[in-house]
Order: sequence, then C-alpha cells, then structure tokens
Amino acid sequence: MQTIWIIAKRELATFFDSLIAYIILGLFLGFSGFFTWLYGNDIFLVGQANLRVFFSIASWSLFFFIPAITMKMLAEERKTGTLELLLTKSVTDRQLILGKFLGSVLLVCIALLATLPYVITISNIGNLDNGGTICGYLGLLLMSITYTAIGVFASSITTNQIVAFMTALFIGLFFHIIFGVLAQNFTGPLGQIFDTLNLQSHFESISRGVIDSKDLVYFLSITVLGLYLGEWSLSKRHFS
Amino acid sequence: MDIQIEKLTKTYGPQTAVNDISFDVKTGEVLGFLGPNGAGKSTTMKMITGYIGIEKGDIHIGGKSVTNPSNDLKKHIGYLPENNPLYLDMPVMDYLEFCGSLQGIDTLNIDKRIREMIGVCGLNREKHKKIGELSKGYRQRVGLAQAMIHDPEILVLDEPTTGLDPNQIIEIRKLIRDLGKEKTVILSTHILPEVEATCDRILIINKGKIVANGTPETLRKQAQGNEVLKLRIEDGDADLILKSLKELNTVQSVEYVQQNQNLFEVQSLAEQTSKRHIFNLCVQKKWVLTELTPMETKLEDIFRNLTVN
Ligand SMILES: Nc1ncnc2c1ncn2[C@@H]1O[C@H](COP(=O)(O)OP(=O)(O)OP(=O)(O)O)[C@@H](O)[C@H]1O
Ligand SMILES: [Mg+2]
Repeated sequence: MQTIWIIAKRELATFFDSLIAYIILGLFLGFSGFFTWLYGNDIFLVGQANLRVFFSIASWSLFFFIPAITMKMLAEERKTGTLELLLTKSVTDRQLILGKFLGSVLLVCIALLATLPYVITISNIGNLDNGGTICGYLGLLLMSITYTAIGVFASSITTNQIVAFMTALFIGLFFHIIFGVLAQNFTGPLGQIFDTLNLQSHFESISRGVIDSKDLVYFLSITVLGLYLGEWSLSKRHFS
Repeated sequence: MDIQIEKLTKTYGPQTAVNDISFDVKTGEVLGFLGPNGAGKSTTMKMITGYIGIEKGDIHIGGKSVTNPSNDLKKHIGYLPENNPLYLDMPVMDYLEFCGSLQGIDTLNIDKRIREMIGVCGLNREKHKKIGELSKGYRQRVGLAQAMIHDPEILVLDEPTTGLDPNQIIEIRKLIRDLGKEKTVILSTHILPEVEATCDRILIINKGKIVANGTPETLRKQAQGNEVLKLRIEDGDADLILKSLKELNTVQSVEYVQQNQNLFEVQSLAEQTSKRHIFNLCVQKKWVLTELTPMETKLEDIFRNLTVN
C-alpha cells in the first residue's frame, strides 16, 4: 500500500509540475461550464435547479479527458526506459498499475471537486436535491474509475501516447455509445446483453438516485478487468 | 550475498541472446562483465535484477531463487540500467527521495542517505536542478546515486562510467572498489583498463556464451604464448646485434622495432627465457643494454582473440 501511494503521489506531483494538470482541469471546467450554463440547454431557461444537464455534460467531458490523463502513464515509462528502473526496485507490476490508477483517479477527483462552485451557484437559484446531487457525483466517480482503468490498460500496451489515447477512446466509445445503440437495435436476449453492457444506462440509473448493487458491480468489474489486463500486459515482457 | 547463475538461457525469437551460461559471484567480489556489442551482457543483467523472466536455468541470490517473487530480492539489489533512464522532469533531490522510499528506506533515514549519495557522487552543486537540465555525466551520477541509495548488498551496473569525466571516473572506480570489499558487484564495460582497475575477476561472453572467466592475471597467463622482450642495445652495429641475438639458442626470432635506435623485439622459444643470455652477450661484446622490457599480453589482445571470429 505504501508503495502504491508513493507512485500515485509522484504521478500527481508530475501532473501539477508540468502544467498538464492545469490545462486539463481548465479545459474540463471550461468545457463543462460552457455547455452547462450557456450552450443549448440553458439552465436559466429550463429554470429548474437541477444538475441533470451538468452531469450529462460532465460525463462527456470526462469521457474525453480521462484518456488524455492516462495516456502517458505507462507508455511514457516504457518509451524512456524508466519502466525498467521502477520494476527492478521493490515494486511489483500490480503495485505499479494500482499506483498509476490511483494517481489519475485522484486527479479526476480534484477535477470533480473543482465543479462544486457550479453546484453551489445552482443551489442558490432554487432548492437543490441534495440526495440527487450526491448520487450524480457518485455516478461520475464510478464512471471515471472505469474509464481510468481502461485508460491505464491502453497506456500499458504501447510506447506511443497518441496510440494509448486513441485506444482508450476507442474502447470507451463502445461503453459510452455503441452498446447503447446496439441495445436499441436488437430485441430479446441480445438486446438485453447490450443494454447491460451500456455504461450510460448504469450511469443514468445511479444519477437518478437509484443505487443498485448491479450498477456498482458493473462499474467495478470493468475497472478490475482493465487493471488486470494492464498488469498482464506489463508481465508480457517476461516471455518475449 | 552471493549470486549463482545456473545454465541461464534467453532467446528472442530465433536469436539466442544468452546461451546456457553458468557462473558465481561471491560476496566481496567485483566481477567485470565484458563482451562485444550484442553479446548478451545487458540481457543477463536484466534477468539478475528481475526485469525480464528467466526462460531456462535459474539465478540464486543469497541462496534464494529470483523466480520466486515472495523472496523479495529486489530490495537487496541496486541497479543502473543501460542508457540510464531517468525522470527528466524531476529535481535531483526529489528523484532520489522517490527511489529511496520505493526501496523501503524509512523517512528518518532518507534525508541522511540522500545527503550521503549527493556527496559521494559529487552532485552537490546540481542537487536542486531538474534532471533534464543536467549534463550527461551528471545524469550518470544521478543514476549511480539512485542505484546505491538504499545501500544494497548487490550492485548491478551496466556501463557505469560512460559519460563521466576523467576525475569522476577515477572517483567512481575507487568507490566501486571500496563497495566491492563488502558487497557483490557486477559491472559491464567496454573500457578494458577499467576492468583491470576495478575488478577482481573478468568474465568475457561472446554470442551468449562464456569464453573466459578468471582474474586478469590468469587470463593473461592462459593467453600468453612465448616470452617477448623489448631491447635497446647501444654502442654496437644494429645488424651485427641482430645477427648475434638470433644465434642465441633460446631465441626463436628477432625483429627490429626501430633500426636506427637499436630497438629490437626478441621472442624466445616456448617455455624458455633469454634474459640472461642477452645480458651475457652484451657483457661479452661490450654493448650497453639500456632497455629490457618483458611485453605482457594486453587485455585488448585477449579480448580480441576470444571474441573476433
Ligand atoms: N527486447 C529484445 N527483443 C529482441 N531482441 C533483443 C531484445 N533485447 C536484446 N535483444 C538481442 O539480444 C542480444 C543481446 O543483447 P544485449 O543487450 O544483452 O547485448 P549487450 O551485451 O548488452 O550489448 P552492448 O554491449 O551493445 O550493450 C542482441 O543481439 C539484441 O539484439
Ligand atoms: Mg548492453
């Protein structure tokens, strides 16, 4: 646990040292703020103090920004050779993966915390549904850890950050859209399978305030699977 | 802790990078690992440090196999990989702290160890800079510092002195020799005088196989053929001297090194020495012998003989 924390801490420190963190946070806040307040679904027109729009926009922003956060995680280490340095210290492949994962999840949490002013402003406009807000954030968080795990995996299979970014986005696209579209086009058991795989439906049911263990299991299993595949991809170096 | 390597083999696709090699390194020994490019030195080191898996054979460190992760041998190893990978965006001090804490140094001792390493590796003036701002030699020093920070019992150094200036090379060699008194050190290098200056034993590998293993002296003895002497004889006619030398009954051949300076190279017959005969000849002819140097086989020659084919 100590080791995982040391790696996560370094990851965060590098983010904030290299301005990447500020750029990503700035873009995330700007992007979600712009769409929430100004564009299209104008919160003032709807005149309703709920954060539905915000959560939906934020989920789209995270969908793009998380791969940007995770893309360099392992790809860069592989490319510069520092992976060899880390893994010949008292660090296991699993600890490294978990450390990287924790580091990026913490950054996403910071981004989510930074959106709290939006919530506070909205709650001043009208009476806010506290339970719903908490559930919305929980949904965003669960979605974030899922995409982070996918991103860490994508970063572990290549030395090229762009490839890692595109791979993460490509895998994410299935969960974010494609399974949902397929679910609508198929009926019967196949449709049900696609609906189960569709991340949006789980996200929506949590942000609607219904915390079902099925949804939790869904997010956590994809997360564990992603991290496990990441570990497996690191361990492939032993057998080349 | 000693290292035992048994029948180690590693193949990359069709190519056998390390081919069934076995050797031991004892505590208190510095082993110089030599071999031409692509011989398999770095590959062997990567297997010792646990970065890549062992395909066939085994490595035991302090009696425990590296293939069993629960032995947690990595704590006892300090490793400087080839090409010295570093986090260029980290300041030197932070980097050393990161490496030290990953190797399990507790917070009480870590500052002390960082200070010691900065002193030992001559990093004092550069310690607040980012690693990316350092010159190549200073980066190499940072690489050495991170390898030694947790005071490991085993040091594996892949070409440790590349890029260092002559002063620092001497310091680092001395440091390696000192460390080698209590610890187990394996270093690879292409600088042959470095091996003689630092190593107790030399291992030469070629195409994944061991071709020589022994102290510098034993290797020399094995490689040495007949006695070769370099002579300078004054106060005589060069051609006459050459002729007389050839007539000595222990001498196989004589050649001029420089005729106008009366410099000769004399090779004796196998198992024979000509030194006394030469001296007596000079006394007899009233020539003055101003130089008589036995020529040693150079490590370069040994290396070339074993690895050029
Ligand atoms: N990851 C890899 N994939 C394929 N082949 C590899 C890999 N790593 C090393 N090799 C091959 O294994 C052989 C041994 O390489 P190694 O790096 O051990 O040589 P070396 O003795 O360290 O050489 P040098 O003196 O140039 O550092 C080389 O022929 C190399 O091409
Ligand atoms: Mg090498």
